[in-house]
Formats: sequence, structure tokens, C-alpha cells
Amino acid sequence: MLTGEDDILRTAEEWRRAGHGVAIATVVETWGSAPRPAGSSLVINDDGIFLGSVSGGCVEGAVVTEALDVIASGKSKLLEFGVADETAWNVGLSCGGAIRIFVEKVD
Amino acid sequence: MRLEILNSLNVERAARRPAIVVTDVANGDQRLVRATELMHDPLGEQLAAQLRSGRSGMIESGGRKLFLTIHAPTARLVVIGAVHISQALAPMAQMLGYDVTIIDPRTAFASAERFSDVRLIAQWPDEALPRLAIDHYTAFVALTHDPKIDDPALLHALERDCFYIGALGSRRTHAKRIARLTAKGLTEEDFARIHAPIGLAIGAVSPAEIAVSIMAEITARLRLPAKAERSTMAAAPSKVAVP
Repeated sequence: MLTGEDDILRTAEEWRRAGHGVAIATVVETWGSAPRPAGSSLVINDDGIFLGSVSGGCVEGAVVTEALDVIASGKSKLLEFGVADETAWNVGLSCGGAIRIFVEKVD
Repeated sequence: MRLEILNSLNVERAARRPAIVVTDVANGDQRLVRATELMHDPLGEQLAAQLRSGRSGMIESGGRKLFLTIHAPTARLVVIGAVHISQALAPMAQMLGYDVTIIDPRTAFASAERFSDVRLIAQWPDEALPRLAIDHYTAFVALTHDPKIDDPALLHALERDCFYIGALGSRRTHAKRIARLTAKGLTEEDFARIHAPIGLAIGAVSPAEIAVSIMAEITARLRLPAKAERSTMAAAPSKVAVP
């Protein structure tokens, strides 16, 4: 409710019908203070265009890169981001929380 | 997600029917469960509980981790009264993601000049409301001060089980409203569902500030667990009632 997901999911469907490779990334678990609750999602197409959010902008770049990989391989992925992550300095969450994101291809 | 699941999901959302996507995050197995199919689903009870909470989340079932994405309809805000407060309330509610409709039979108030970017219906509530198919995912506020307009609208909102119902007016005005509606058969239980005086007690004075207090109260009703919200609400009046 109230996240504008209507537009996001409708756009994902339109992209797919227009022949784009499309992936959906969804926050499935959060620990500590995470910026977006479970269920928040981001849709990405094979041009690297994305809509929605899974964090406050902290990890979207990395998620888009992974999503392009998922579009190419067709295999879903479970990503984890948090302060304990070794790449935390680059793509971690400054708020100190941790999140797990499920990335799947629309096919 | 298979395209046909995404398509079915978008169909349910467009029709304002709740649906749940069940995803096995280990292998990507996925299915869509419509609200009407809950009873027949093997996980029906767990799914129904998650839907009631309104929040997506992970559950464990048979050693598998399943993510439940809850797709509840977009919340709507129905405003009775194209008044000054509504001019501030409508854009605020839209920014918060609500689909806003304003109803006022008085055409001097309900004019396109006063409300350019919002659905405006210049009809009496008993004419306009049935066509809106108001449901539980609707917040409802009555702002005209005029019993002829507000009262029938409030009766309709109670009947349709709106998640938030608020009515503008002082304690005195609300006491009179209770007297009138009691005569129409409403009970104390019904009145407990009407937030009046409307809005959180933040000392709002201007129309825009009152709009903030109303949207804050609606947000609390939407997001806080029912118990916590009730205790917050219960605390507010006692603070102002004690001299």
C-alpha cells in the first residue's frame, strides 16, 4: 500500500511486453534499521533503467548491476547488504542495518 | 516471476483486490494467491494473517523460507467538503500516495478553479458515494460542518468499514453529531470508530496545519499496530481535558 508499486509493476509488465529483459528486486529480510521495509521493490530493464527503491539510494547501483546479470542468466539471486559486508564501504547501508534482496527475472 | 503471474497480479491490483505472491527465495518457485483463493490454499491461515497485518514478510514452512509479498490496494482518501482545509489536504495526501476524491454538492466550493489536480465530484454524498465503491482501504474525512452533507456520508463510511474515519468539528459539534446519529441507530461502538475532533493534537491552526494533523492521524491509523495507536489517541485527549 502507498508505495506507488502499482506503477512499478505495471511498468515492469509493459517493458517485458515491449521485448525488454526485465528483473524485479524485492527486499525480503531486514535487520536493524533498514531504510525500506520488506516488500519494497525495484524494477530494472536491460537498458539499466530502474524504478522504485530497495534502500535510501545506498545499494541501488549494486542491485542494478546484479539485476542485469540475472536478466542475462535467467537465474534468481539472493543478495545481502549490510555493515558486515566486505564491500560495505562502497555499497553498504550507512544506517547500520542489513537487508537481503531477492532478484528475479520476469520471463 | 513469470509474465502471467505479473499480469494476473496487475489485474488484481487494478481491480483493488488484495493478493499475495508466495516466493521460495532458495529456488525462485513462485505462485500468486488471490484473496478469494486464500481458503483453499495449503498456507491459507498464515497467508490470511500476513494479509491482515498489511506487511510483507518471510515465513518458514516445511523447512523452506517463503517470502510473502502483500499487495493490498492503494489507499484512497475520500474528502467530504471542498473547503479550505481540503485544498491543503488533497496535495498532501497525493504526495503520501493516496488516490484522492473530493465530494461537495455546493458548486461554489467544488469548482475546478479551487481544485485543479484532484478528482472533484459536485454531488450530494448519497449520490456520489455508492459509485465510488468505498472499501476498507479507504480513509474518509468529513469536513463541511454541515450535518446535511456530513451525516449521511459518515453513515456510509461506517457501513463500508473504512480504515480511518474522521469528522471535523469541536467537541461540542461532535456531541451534537452523536446525538443526531444515535437517533439514527448508531451505537457507541460506531462512534469509537470516528476520530473527532479530527487530527492529532499538534496545536494546528491554519488549514494547512490542520491538514498535516489529519494526515498524521491517518498515517498512524494505517501504520501503527491497532493497540499502540489507540493508546496514543487515548493519551492525547486526557492531556487537554485535565485543566
